Amino acid sequence: MSKFNIDGKDIEFKPGQTIIEAARDNGIEIPHFCWHPKLSVSGNCRMCLVEVEKMPKLVIACSTVAAEGMVVYMDSDKAISARNAVMEFFLINHPLDCPICDEAGECKLQDYAYQHSTGESRFVEEKTHKDKRVELGPNVMFDGDRCISCSRCIRFCDEVAKDAELTFVKRGDRVTITTFPGEQLDNPYAMNVVDICPVGALTNRDFRFKARVWDMAHTNTICNGCARGCNIEVWTRNNEVLRLVPRYNEEVNSYWMCDHGRLNTFKFINAGDRIDGPHMRVEGNLIKVGWDEAFAKAASNLKAFGKDEIAFLGSAYATVEDNFVAAKFAKSVLGTGHLDFVRHIDPTFGDEILRNEDVTPNTKGAELAGVAPSKNGFDFNGIVKAIREGKIKALYVLEDDILNDNLELENVLAKLDLLIINASNFNKTSALADIVFPAATYAEKNGTFVNFQGRVQRIRPALATNDVDRALEGMSMSRLDKFGTKYDRWAQGKHFDARSSWKILVGLASAMGQKLKYNMAEEVFYDISNSIDAFKGLDYDVIAELGVQLKSVNLKSTVKI
Amino acid sequence: MSGNNIPPKKRIKDLTFGEKIYIPEIVKGLSLTLRTMFKPKFTMEYPEEKFIPAGSYRGRPVLVEEKNGEERCVACGLCSRVCPALAIEVQAAETDREKERYPEKFEINMLRCIFCGFCEEVCPEEAIVMSKDYELAFSNREDAIYGKDKLLVPVDQLQDRIDFLRNYK
Repeated sequence: MSKFNIDGKDIEFKPGQTIIEAARDNGIEIPHFCWHPKLSVSGNCRMCLVEVEKMPKLVIACSTVAAEGMVVYMDSDKAISARNAVMEFFLINHPLDCPICDEAGECKLQDYAYQHSTGESRFVEEKTHKDKRVELGPNVMFDGDRCISCSRCIRFCDEVAKDAELTFVKRGDRVTITTFPGEQLDNPYAMNVVDICPVGALTNRDFRFKARVWDMAHTNTICNGCARGCNIEVWTRNNEVLRLVPRYNEEVNSYWMCDHGRLNTFKFINAGDRIDGPHMRVEGNLIKVGWDEAFAKAASNLKAFGKDEIAFLGSAYATVEDNFVAAKFAKSVLGTGHLDFVRHIDPTFGDEILRNEDVTPNTKGAELAGVAPSKNGFDFNGIVKAIREGKIKALYVLEDDILNDNLELENVLAKLDLLIINASNFNKTSALADIVFPAATYAEKNGTFVNFQGRVQRIRPALATNDVDRALEGMSMSRLDKFGTKYDRWAQGKHFDARSSWKILVGLASAMGQKLKYNMAEEVFYDISNSIDAFKGLDYDVIAELGVQLKSVNLKSTVKI
Repeated sequence: MSGNNIPPKKRIKDLTFGEKIYIPEIVKGLSLTLRTMFKPKFTMEYPEEKFIPAGSYRGRPVLVEEKNGEERCVACGLCSRVCPALAIEVQAAETDREKERYPEKFEINMLRCIFCGFCEEVCPEEAIVMSKDYELAFSNREDAIYGKDKLLVPVDQLQDRIDFLRNYK
């Protein structure tokens, strides 16, 4: 392999790689603003200037192709003074409003001003003023003063979102960014420009001014918006999710996520209709009861039915662990073969970039976990038919609002003698339920999802519940999480009384006199890897941050509800 | 041991002859009392009389309220970050004013506050300063959390401190 030298260190490169790419592959960061690994090279910020031996002038590392035997200096006097000069130019017109700016704390310009700037400005004239608070689109706000004209956002829309909406206008120090006439920055991936903006020029309107980044804790997990399973970070403060940002995984979502996933997949967690504690229907109303009471009631009610009169629905919204225990519970505790789960397909949601038409995160996982009718059991349509005919009288539904997609089922569910559900929020199905167990959301539990590619990925708890303690569970903790006491108002965030579905089923099984011996999600997964071929040899450490592609397995094609 | 070289110390409680006879010492003491009785008093009869500290005094931290009734604070959260006792909670929100960010909620837990003045030192807007107020009494934990209603103080009343900061910091 060819090699070149950078600051006295020989590094290998692939033919065609630029200096900045080769350096990055070898763990050397050359400072840059406009260059992004997934966007075309623009070369306008000049921050990556390096000295190359035998070249008359400094060159930009982002567009200079590495060559055999090249000798590059990042730390020569010439290169250092060039970076100082570039930083001084940037800071001439950049406002000193870090106290107001949301990017503060995760700002490239701040970081580089610290690392590569002399810390003094010779500029005494008036800074330029451009438009502030420009609503580029429904979710993105633009501040012209802060923009350093790197063009990352423009290139993102052109090249990744494939929807050219942004452009530079004017010249010189008046240059600014705007949308094309009559256009809005409203493509389904628009908010990624907020992440790639190296300064605070583009901000997330949903998160604007909500919290300082250094006050928050962040947890690596998986988006539950569709079957893609984009790798994300959940950012929390005071036990509340405030924003989601994408996390790099080349196999799944690269650096991106869609706006639907970013905005619509966490607000239900703290919504007013969240279920806090088990509920039981008494005289027509759902009333909050204790766990033991709910378990005892559910157990005695379930025992009143014959094995063939009970059906169980798993869920593509629940984890593999939940579904695995559900299948086990249905088959060995309830003894029923009427076991299936509902597929949620929305062809209008899918696209060619990230969004998948399967709008649940774990359809493949539920299938692999064994949530399928046994030989003489009914599938979902069969169960519906059997309820209509009065053959099935009791139904258990795991984490799925089955009425939401299909209101016609209301009459069917009304015919049941017993409906038990695990749900995170009160919904159309819970309105008919007799017993409601509060299910932890994907942000409150450990587990795995299998995406549409057959890749198993880990979700981790970002929020504490009555069941999951932040410190004991080893969850990510901010300074405020660590030192808050019950007397501090900033540490009194709501803790819901909810449990993972697998744990609820373990409790219910025990109330029915049968032991499912699981204490933590990892133990469930251990059992899964021992009993299901596709998961053989896997554990949570192997799956790690980026997930593992499962060995090819024959999967049933998805059926529309 | 080398301790042998050190001469024995005279013990302080060894009294001289004059002290031993007692009466002259009594007279000395009484005359001091008598002289002090006619000198000017230094004791301040608090709370009837109040101590007004100099500008350098670090009393409870307060927020500066401009003449137009608005706070200077832009809710950057640096005071909250630097506070070694985690006494300060700031919640920012958006406003139509020129500085687009303001503190929707600003609370200082006076049970946590240690009057170090770091918040004042770090503030980029000179919006939080140490006041001359040292009278802090509360009977429960909730009362000890001061919100914007108690924290905002008109800039006129804080001029001493602001002048001190400008001259000496």
